[in-house]
Amino acid sequence: MSTNLIRRAEAGTTESAWVRYTLIGITLIFLFLFLVLPLAAVFAEALRKGFDAYWEALKEPDAWSAIRLTLITALIAVPLNLVFGIAAAWCIAKYEFKGKSVLTTLVDLPFSVSPVVAGLVYVLMFGAQGWFGPWLQEHDIKIIFAVPGIVLATVFVTFPFIARELIPLMQAQGNEEEQAAIVLGATGWQTFWYVTLPNIKWGLIYGVILCNARAMGEFGAVSVVSGHIRGQTNTMPLHVEILYNEYQSVAAFAVASLLALLALVTLVIKSVAEWRHEREMKAILDLPPENISTAVPHLSLKAAS
Amino acid sequence: MLPRSAAAASAQRRAPARVLPGFNITLGYTLMYLCLIVLIPLSALVFKTFTLTWDQFWAAVTGPRVLASYRLTFGASLIAALVNVVFGLLVAWVLVRYQFFGKKVVDALVDLPFALPTAVAGISLTALLAGNGWVGQYLEPLGIQLAFNPNGIVIALIFIGLPFVVRTVQPVLEDAEKELEEAATCLGASRWQTFSKVIFPSIAPALLTGFAMAFARAIGEYGSVIFIAGNMPMISEITPLIIIGKLEQYDYAGATAVATVMLVISFILLLIINGLQAWQRRHTGALA
Repeated sequence: MSTNLIRRAEAGTTESAWVRYTLIGITLIFLFLFLVLPLAAVFAEALRKGFDAYWEALKEPDAWSAIRLTLITALIAVPLNLVFGIAAAWCIAKYEFKGKSVLTTLVDLPFSVSPVVAGLVYVLMFGAQGWFGPWLQEHDIKIIFAVPGIVLATVFVTFPFIARELIPLMQAQGNEEEQAAIVLGATGWQTFWYVTLPNIKWGLIYGVILCNARAMGEFGAVSVVSGHIRGQTNTMPLHVEILYNEYQSVAAFAVASLLALLALVTLVIKSVAEWRHEREMKAILDLPPENISTAVPHLSLKAAS
Repeated sequence: MLPRSAAAASAQRRAPARVLPGFNITLGYTLMYLCLIVLIPLSALVFKTFTLTWDQFWAAVTGPRVLASYRLTFGASLIAALVNVVFGLLVAWVLVRYQFFGKKVVDALVDLPFALPTAVAGISLTALLAGNGWVGQYLEPLGIQLAFNPNGIVIALIFIGLPFVVRTVQPVLEDAEKELEEAATCLGASRWQTFSKVIFPSIAPALLTGFAMAFARAIGEYGSVIFIAGNMPMISEITPLIIIGKLEQYDYAGATAVATVMLVISFILLLIINGLQAWQRRHTGALA
């Protein structure tokens, strides 16, 4: 009789089997059409004329210079936003001060600005007719239609990624552990390095990897400031566009397939960071009550950033 | 430890909670970096707009092509965000409530639109939906055209916005207490009544937040849309493309004016999203 009761209770909090399978079926079909097919199409189109044509497209010097520029851009933009993200998360999560919510909103601002507008503001600052345009021309410094403009636009677009990830995480973890370290005589730097960093490392990796994916893949903002000079100011996404518009479909998809691979690697690292983080948080929850720190564990890293 | 100047000591008296060092330097760096990268460049846009006369501004932002682009951008973004609400809720529900083979992979794959560069998504969707593509070849004989017209724009925007709703609803569903549903069932509610009267109200704020995020992202989206849109003036030309077009004709004033309109809209949306998130926190806080 008790099993019967349990079964009835379970039936009350779930759906009948055919509803379940229908919902799972619709979901899988939808995700197949909208996620799997586009991803598969990239590789299929890239390899349509065989592996040699694919390889030829990737060996091209313009493709190489695009790959190099993309890597350089990400190598500058991601560390800059990493330092900013840690600084912003430290002051926003660890302290109370006036205007904190305004600051948090402003940190999020670049997410909601259209990439095209992001590119345009730098043209208005540094372009030939911009604020600093004449001065820059006098001193023969090129920012727009050159690499510095591409880096700046990328920094703008990827600005909030790491801060956004760290702020809720550090808020949830509270200050107790750091305060204990300080009271025990650790310096601020030691406290950060040995107490805070181990606690936030998975969140940090998560933020860095998404920031990097966006930095390497940004199209709109970079396309406004780059000037599309082949072999000089073309990043990989811009190179894809040029090839595509020249009807060199295989070459375009070959370069695009590298970016798709980057996306897949990003997803794998991101998932691993998520699982590891959840496991560590569960391990904390499983400790006997007196050992649980007062910090509320932050179970999920997933953020709709 | 902290340097104990008189000023620091008095500051500590006022705020005894600040045991941790580094407040001034991190806040100072955050503000400086924020100003350099975001605020000063954005203010350049606002100042440039103020150099226009009102008539110039009005003419630039209400030209017939520009008006058509607003209609298209907002309409397509709205449809795409609504589709994302329906399917995002479904995906989040299935991922949280049901067990099936390959669930972890599906869960990871949901973030693909965040990780895949928009230009790649754009050319890939175009290749799929064009007349000779994997999907397009079956639809074209039926008279359904999904590429190079507004339909394509909606599809690209659905792709771009999909993770937003899933990722805002998923954690709320995970935290939802089964006890409430059990209570509803014990009190005689059908499963559908339990969903619509107990579960749905608790996830509604998250759903709305996800909708607003997907909508905001869709309005500014450029990379994935321009390949599939066909970009015909008055028909399939989105607002970001109008800005690019004006820039390419060295019409900086016109580009700035339209960009300012977009900036104001995205700022309003950001404030709405923040309000919704605060509401959601209060809502879940009240339940817990």
